[in-house]
Amino acid sequence: MSDHEYTPSSKFGKWFNDRLPLLSLVNHLTDYPTPKNLNYWWTFGGILTFCLITQIVTGLVLAMHYIAHVDHAFSSVEHIMRDVNYGWLLRYVHANGASMFFLAVYIHIFRALFYGSYKAPREIIWIIGIIIYLLMMAAAFMGYVLPWGQMSFWGATVITNLFSAIPLVGESITTWLWGGYSVDNPTLTRFFTLHYLLPFLILGLVVLHIWALHVPGNNNPVGIDIKKPSKDTVPFHPYIVIKDAFALLMFLIIFAMFVFYSPNVLGHADNYIEANPLVTPAHIVPEWYLLPFYAILRSVPDKLMGVIAMLSAILILAALPWLDTSKIRSAVFRPLYKQFYWILVADVLILGYVGAMPAEGLYLLIARIGTIYYFAHFLIILPVLGLKEKTLPLPLSITEPVLGGSPNLAAARDKVEKIS
Amino acid sequence: MRIITKFLIILFLVLNSKSFAAENTAKFLETEWTFKGLFGKFDRASLQRGYQVYTEVCASCHSMKYLSYRNLSEKGGPEFSEAEAKAIAASFEVTDGPDSTGEMFTRPAKLSDKFVMPYANDEEAKSANGGAYPPDMSVLVKARKGGADYVYSLLLGYEDPPSGIKLDDGVYYNKYMYGNKIKMPNPLSDDLVEYSDGTKATQKQMAKDVVNFLMWSAEPHLETRHKTGFRVISYLIILTILVYFSMKKIWSRVESKI
Repeated sequence: MSDHEYTPSSKFGKWFNDRLPLLSLVNHLTDYPTPKNLNYWWTFGGILTFCLITQIVTGLVLAMHYIAHVDHAFSSVEHIMRDVNYGWLLRYVHANGASMFFLAVYIHIFRALFYGSYKAPREIIWIIGIIIYLLMMAAAFMGYVLPWGQMSFWGATVITNLFSAIPLVGESITTWLWGGYSVDNPTLTRFFTLHYLLPFLILGLVVLHIWALHVPGNNNPVGIDIKKPSKDTVPFHPYIVIKDAFALLMFLIIFAMFVFYSPNVLGHADNYIEANPLVTPAHIVPEWYLLPFYAILRSVPDKLMGVIAMLSAILILAALPWLDTSKIRSAVFRPLYKQFYWILVADVLILGYVGAMPAEGLYLLIARIGTIYYFAHFLIILPVLGLKEKTLPLPLSITEPVLGGSPNLAAARDKVEKIS
Repeated sequence: MRIITKFLIILFLVLNSKSFAAENTAKFLETEWTFKGLFGKFDRASLQRGYQVYTEVCASCHSMKYLSYRNLSEKGGPEFSEAEAKAIAASFEVTDGPDSTGEMFTRPAKLSDKFVMPYANDEEAKSANGGAYPPDMSVLVKARKGGADYVYSLLLGYEDPPSGIKLDDGVYYNKYMYGNKIKMPNPLSDDLVEYSDGTKATQKQMAKDVVNFLMWSAEPHLETRHKTGFRVISYLIILTILVYFSMKKIWSRVESKI
């Protein structure tokens, strides 16, 4: 992994390291050459690691007090909120933590889209990232079921019912998932088990994600390959560590404002009503972070096709390294792609908005246009754009931009933008 | 400093995000809630009066099954003295047992007992209320969109139905209720209870007091949450500033903007 051999200075260190190269690993992580021009959008990797660990730690303690049983789940959550020492804090951190986790992951994904971080040689990092994202959605969905409120129950019913759209075996699969003929106690206990398991799978994948990252090294805002270590890089510690810490702290301030001052604003009021299979809520809506996909699901009139469209919307991302035919990574040097990028961002936000609205009339029409555009972006615009687009000249390195003179990126970029 | 400015803009947007929760049939009535804001606290006297309204008016139909009598004397709540809370508890009868002979018996409630339920089960509650189940009130405020403002408005939102709307027997018109039809008759009227602290028991006053009480029952640790939150965020802001200058110092060794 490391670019240079490392020998511990102490005798014991050397003895240990020859048998288990942990010290070499630590040395690799601290010395890891990182492009020095990374902007703040690159700090979300560290923020996400923090989010995952927060969720695992708070979740672990919550699980000590939670009871996965239809008769006790709701009241055990109330017990946590009322009688467990700082139970309210644990639960609000965990619940809002899920939202903050998704906020960070969306910024992380869209950063990769803007700077072309998914392109060769980083396809595997990207694909592992997509798997992590899928597991995150599964974990979040099952976690939302555990308090056994009305939205928990009906959300679980709607989502598990999607499997019944599979031809021939759909009904049997749904029954198998439920462990019965409706969402009931067996469903709750298995969701709890899986909700406990998935974060550790995610943790394992995060290790692979970072490992795969450390082979080619970080992409950077200019998107060019850099020599490492060189004048273009800085060692990870202390430069990136302190910058990540600073960004994490600002993220934590926003996180804390949600937890302490509006802990329920991202949730749904109906989830404070205990699950009742006999009463359907007026609007069944998923959590905000799943809304764009919910909009895609509902925009297709056929149930099976809707499910396929929703899954494809996520899985299409895995094919992105090959759908985007441009050799240039960073949108900074792709004037047209940059515009389409922002249209995509707007499209996803609009899909999220209509996902929260009833699927009828104008909302449905907008959802349909949004869905078509979403797929067109990946299947038509990106492949064609890569072949047709006139890109801007790339600098030779981060410190020596192509136009000469200026030693830093910001100045080089300003120049480039003036030309375009 | 550009990053700090950008951050402040984001903060501002987040702070304003509360405003997009306000969409409903009728605009809610507004009143001053002491529990809102950075340092929001409950009005202790109002919580005690609210408990009185709950127990004398609401409790005949609505349960509060997640609350115990001990909660009434806990910090951050109505803060009745322990003796008062004990006396309140003792005025209710609970079934306990079985005793050594295998018989169930009744005894006065203790601090550790949960609030006594008005009905033995959901079916009894429904049959006594024309088929409508009076919801448990423990977390009611959090279980309704609009929260405290909604419940407050609903309590004061009873009106004669507009012409053209025909109501069945046992159904009432309320302009804040979802669908405007409600099976609960107008529960409050002036001087329905007699406050021991001399506050005039107007309909508005009672509505405000009982909603205060319901907010506390839904969020018993609200005061600690606000207090802890202020400390946590102050600490984070100071730490962020320190880390910012450390970062500046460290990066000054490198010829690069940060």
